[in-house]
Amino acid sequence: MIQVDEKGFYGSFGGAYIPEMLYPNVEELRENWEAIVASPTYQEEFQSLLKDFVGRPTPLYLAARLSETFGAKIYLKREDLCHTGAHKVNNTVGQIILAKKLGKKRIIAETGAGQHGVATATVCALMGMDCTIYMGELDIKRQRPNVERMRILGAKVVSAISGSKTLKDATNEAMRAWIADPVGTHYIIGSVVGPHPYPEMVARFQSVISEEIKWQLKAKEGRENPDLVIACVGGGSNAAGAFYHYYNESSVRLIAVEAAGHGIHSGKSAATSVLGTPGILHGSKTLLMQTEDGQVIEPHSISAGLDYPGIGPVHAHLHEIGRAEFVGVEDEDAMKAGILLSRTEGIIPAIETAHAIHALNQISFNPNDLIVINLSGRGDKDLETYIQWGNY
Amino acid sequence: MNRIDYLFQTKKERVLSIYVTAGFPNLEDTLPVMEAIQAAGADIIELGIPYSDPIADGPTIQESNTQALENGMSIKTLFSQLVGFRSKIHVPVILMGYLNPIIQFGEEEFCKKCKEVGIDGLILPDLPMSQYLEEYKSLFEEYGLFISFLISPQTSEKRIREVDENSNGFIYMVSSHAITGAKAEISPEQEQYFERVANMNLTHPRLIGFGISDAATFQLASHYSQGAIIGSAFIKNITNSTDLNRDINSFIQGVIG
Repeated sequence: MIQVDEKGFYGSFGGAYIPEMLYPNVEELRENWEAIVASPTYQEEFQSLLKDFVGRPTPLYLAARLSETFGAKIYLKREDLCHTGAHKVNNTVGQIILAKKLGKKRIIAETGAGQHGVATATVCALMGMDCTIYMGELDIKRQRPNVERMRILGAKVVSAISGSKTLKDATNEAMRAWIADPVGTHYIIGSVVGPHPYPEMVARFQSVISEEIKWQLKAKEGRENPDLVIACVGGGSNAAGAFYHYYNESSVRLIAVEAAGHGIHSGKSAATSVLGTPGILHGSKTLLMQTEDGQVIEPHSISAGLDYPGIGPVHAHLHEIGRAEFVGVEDEDAMKAGILLSRTEGIIPAIETAHAIHALNQISFNPNDLIVINLSGRGDKDLETYIQWGNY
Repeated sequence: MNRIDYLFQTKKERVLSIYVTAGFPNLEDTLPVMEAIQAAGADIIELGIPYSDPIADGPTIQESNTQALENGMSIKTLFSQLVGFRSKIHVPVILMGYLNPIIQFGEEEFCKKCKEVGIDGLILPDLPMSQYLEEYKSLFEEYGLFISFLISPQTSEKRIREVDENSNGFIYMVSSHAITGAKAEISPEQEQYFERVANMNLTHPRLIGFGISDAATFQLASHYSQGAIIGSAFIKNITNSTDLNRDINSFIQGVIG
C-alpha cells in the first residue's frame, strides 16, 4: 500500500526536516489542509476553477500515428492544454484557495524554468494576492520570456544569487522569505518535494490527472486501468498526479522517466534514482545527488524542469520498493522524441515531456498493451532550445 | 561535567558565543581563529560545518560556507584539524551544522569523533525535535553531546516548554522572524518577546542569536537572557582580514567592552 504516514513518510522517505522557525507554519498547514480541502465551500470553488479557468477535464487522446509507430495503443493525457500550458496550474489553483482560507495575504514560490512561477503568478492575479517569485539568477537569464510573463501578471521576480543560482537556490531563498514572514505568507511549493505535508498535498492536487484518466479510459476502452502509465520526473509532480490512483493497482506498470542529460554517468545528468543516495534536501529525506561529503550536486538536463538534484519522497519510495520502473533518457534522444511527436501527432511537447515519449524506445511492452503517457506540458516555452538544437 | 553546564554554573550573565564557519577564511584558519576567539574573551565557540544549502542562514554565513567548501573543508578534514585542540582551547565548543553532511559521514561515527576530539554540544537547525527524540537522543547521550534547540517569536509557550525539557546546556533563542544576519537593531516587539520568555522561568539558560552584532545589541540581549550569539557580524569582520588576531580581538573586545 503506497500511502503517506502521519509523520509524512513514504516508507523511509519524507518527513519534515525544517528549522524551528518554520515549525509553526508547517504545523498550521499540516493540521488544517485536509479538512479545508475536504470542505464543500473549498471543493465548490476548486472544481469550478479547474473546469472554467484551467480547462479541465483535459482530453485523453488516442495518438493513432504514434501508436502505429511504436506498436501499442497509446493515449496522451493532454495536460499541455491546461491554462498556462502545463499541469503546474492544478496545484497552484489548489494551494491559492487554501492560502486564502488560511487568511494569508501574500504568496511566495520558487521556480526553475519559470513554469511554476507563471502558474503561481497567474492564480495570484486571479485572486488579487501579492506575489513574489524566487528564481535563480542564471535561470532568469535563460528563461527571459517566463520572467516577463510573471511580471506582466503582476508578480515580483526576485533573483536568487546564492550558491549555484538555480532552482535549488531559489527554493532556499523562498524558504528564507517564509521564515521572515511566517504569519502572513503562504509558500506555494511547485513539486512533490519539501517538508510534510507538501509532497502529499501537491500530489493530491495533481491526482486529478489520474482520476480523469480512470473514467476517460473506462469510457473509451471499457476499463479503468491501462497496462502502463509513463511520466517524466524532475521533482515529480506530474508523475505523482498520473500515478496517484494507480499506486495500489499492481497490474499497472508505472514508468518514471528521468533526465539522463549527456548520459547517466557522464557527470552531466539529473538521473537521481541512479546517482542519488538517501539524504535530506529542502525539508525531506529522499534520494538526492550529492558528494561523498553530503554537499548537494548541481544536476544537468537540457530541460530546465528536470534538473533538480532530488526527487519527491514518494518517488524515492516507489523506486526503493520497485513499484515504479525508472528510465533515464538523454538530452539528444528527448529532443528527437519532441520532433517525432510534433510530426506524428501535431503536438510540440515541452522538452520535459519529450523525455517521457522517448522512453517508449527504452522499455519493453506488448503490441496489445494500453499505454497512457502524461503529456505534462507544451513546447512553446522551449522553442529557443529547439531552435538552438536545430536538428529538425 | 559538560563544559557548557560548567560555564553557565560559573557565569550567569553576559555569556558571549561566537559563531565561525570552519575552514574560513582559509582552510587552515580553523584553529588559529578559535584560539583568537578564546583569547579575546568569548565564552563559547560555535563552529559551523559548511553546507551547500544552509536554509536558516543569511547571505553572509552562506558565502562563508561556500568559501569554506571551496577551500576544501569537509567533516573529515574538520575532525583531522581538531585532533588535539583541547590542549589549547578550554572554552566549550559546539558544532553547528545541517543534518545531511552528518548523515553522509555517519551519525554514530560523527558522535564518536566529536567525543574523541572534545566537542561539547551540537546545534542542528534542520533536525526537528520529534526526529531527535526518535532517532538521535540516545546516540547523543551515549557520547556525552549536548543539543540546543531553537525557539523563535512564533514558538508557542507549550513548545517552548518542550524545548526546555529536551535541550541540554542552553536554549538558542532566535531574536526575530529572520535568517541570520538580517537585522541590525532590536525592535520593541522583539523586546516584548524576550521579556515574555524571560518570565517563563525556564530550566535552561538562554542565549539570544540572529541580529546581535555589536556592544549595544549584546547589552540588550544580555538584559533579557544569559547572553548572546554573534555570527554574521563576526564573519564580516574576518572576511577580508589581513591580521586575524588583531581583528578578532578588537571585534570581541568591542562587544564585551
